[in-house]
Amino acid sequence: MINTATLAQVSKQQMAALLRFLAILGLALLVFAIVLLVFGKNPIEAYIAIFASTIGSSYGWSEVLVKVIPLVLCATAVLLPARIGLVNVGGEGQLYMGALLASWGALALSDVLPGFMGLPTIIILGFVGGGLWAAIPAVLRAMGWLNETISTLLLNYVAILWVDYFVFGPLRDPSSANFPQSEPFPDAFRLPFLGSTRIHFGLIIATVAVAALYFVLNRTRWGYEMRAIGGNPNASRRHGMPISRYIIVTMFIAGGLAGLAGMGETMAIQGRLRPGFSPDYGYIGFLISWLALHNPLGVVVMSFLLAIIALGGDTLQITQSMPFSSVNVLMSIILFIVLAKFSFGDIFKRFTKKEATS
Amino acid sequence: MTTSFIQGVLTGSIQSSTSVLYAALGEVIVERAGVINLGVEGSMLMGAVSGFMVTQQTGNAAFGIVAAALVAGLFNLILAFLVVTRKANQLASGLALMFCGLGLSALIGRPYVGQMINGLDPLPIPGLSQIPVLGPILFDHDILIYMMVPLALLVWFVLFNTRWGLSLRAVGEDPTVAFAAGLRPKLIQYQAIFIGGLFAGLGGAHLSLAYAQIWNEGMTSGRGFIAVALVIFASWHPLKVVGGALLFGGALAFQLQLQARGADISPFLLDMIPYLLTLGVLLFMRNRKNAMPEGLKAVFEGTS
Repeated sequence: MINTATLAQVSKQQMAALLRFLAILGLALLVFAIVLLVFGKNPIEAYIAIFASTIGSSYGWSEVLVKVIPLVLCATAVLLPARIGLVNVGGEGQLYMGALLASWGALALSDVLPGFMGLPTIIILGFVGGGLWAAIPAVLRAMGWLNETISTLLLNYVAILWVDYFVFGPLRDPSSANFPQSEPFPDAFRLPFLGSTRIHFGLIIATVAVAALYFVLNRTRWGYEMRAIGGNPNASRRHGMPISRYIIVTMFIAGGLAGLAGMGETMAIQGRLRPGFSPDYGYIGFLISWLALHNPLGVVVMSFLLAIIALGGDTLQITQSMPFSSVNVLMSIILFIVLAKFSFGDIFKRFTKKEATS
Repeated sequence: MTTSFIQGVLTGSIQSSTSVLYAALGEVIVERAGVINLGVEGSMLMGAVSGFMVTQQTGNAAFGIVAAALVAGLFNLILAFLVVTRKANQLASGLALMFCGLGLSALIGRPYVGQMINGLDPLPIPGLSQIPVLGPILFDHDILIYMMVPLALLVWFVLFNTRWGLSLRAVGEDPTVAFAAGLRPKLIQYQAIFIGGLFAGLGGAHLSLAYAQIWNEGMTSGRGFIAVALVIFASWHPLKVVGGALLFGGALAFQLQLQARGADISPFLLDMIPYLLTLGVLLFMRNRKNAMPEGLKAVFEGTS
């Protein structure tokens, strides 16, 4: 009896969350439609085009999944530290450093290592590259020297510049004169694709990452202790929890996850290391984790939404001759509505009242 | 290392640091009121695009400058509404503002890509600009560059020597206490964010009207974020911002000059210097009296 009652309660809560999500989305689409009208575009045509090029076809779906991979990974890189009260704005830089170390490994170690070692090598290096980059602000924070919000933000620029340095310098492919890029990676050191799609091994990595995070955060002592630290660091310290160790390990794993996102983009999609290859995945990941209230499953849902929007940018460019970044307006409208805590309360009250009386 | 090299570096550092300096001056005001705007990049782009459009339409860059400042100031009110009225998370709101500015400016400016304008031309100061070496470095610039130091002094004066400046800093330290003292924290924060937008708009205008004299999507290329870093580097002081901005610009100009001379130092390593220096300064100063406005600490700790 109790079980069914709580189940009903949970599903009602989830129902409300879903309705709220749809209401926000609907309102955002409405506002963006007005923006489109102002700029002389037909919003219905534009939305149909976005729908058709994303979730309207199996190819569209595969492209959505391709985008979801880096977004989910970058969002988990924010989610995990957020659980112990850390603000990681450095996903972008960690992504670049993961890509850099994995690329270096693919180019430098391919002569030494046998082919079957290729996949594990680039995955480990991608993780370690991002992880070590995130460990710098983590150590500074654990020592009580420097707040991680500022240091992760500053290190983003440095990381992007490191990639520029290597792509224009030591790793530059001498045969591509006009395009600064590395030599193509050997096949054994690239992530495999799924069939003929562009969906790559990163999908499995991202799925495992989300499942593992969900399990660790909700079902283990670590998850419990992290919640305690996030809730009250001082009390946790008095209870003898190793807060410094938690800060460093959490940030290392978080950076590693963002690093895997960068590794996936270079080792699968691009096939070479190129400068500035990330369209702000790290920053969008920050917003995703935040929109999802740092919940692993919410992160997956939000990543799908933002992946569709990001792909919509290409569609608007091709079909409506609008600049690619116009979709950023749609994305920011959604964010503004959520941030402003726009209340759909009245609608819900009526809805729940009806249910209560019936 | 000839005089022309030094002259090139110094002139270049002044020209390339102007937009960042304006944005950073605005951000000092905003952050002193206890709000961080991570979306300066977006405000600058809105300024750059509207300044360019108005200049192109009217043929007069003065109108362009005014429009740039006003549009960016109004654009910033979105942030003010979110973080002041609705108490939204400041970091997320700032990033959202950046994405909005990125998209909206691209959308508005689409027809203006590749257009030409009569931008801001250098106004050599008669007499002074004839001084050898120093003349071209200091006295052969456009109006926005001449205004840099006076405006920085003005911001410093207003923040530290006027009643409004005192109120603003009080709000930035602790809005509750400021409210109890009879101030209106929300109004002051709105004003600060609006003025911050005016400055970011001027920075954007310098980029599109003087430095590049074209409009291009995302043409700020990270300058807004540099401005945020610069404010921290300058420990929230408007006059130190000037020095910091020249250092940032100097690194850029230095590597451009080195490149022009075929020197074998990667420009990307030089570009890292300002960021590493900021980190170094923050680490070095950690034991001194912290200059960060108290109200910002909650944001950085993730509790606000």
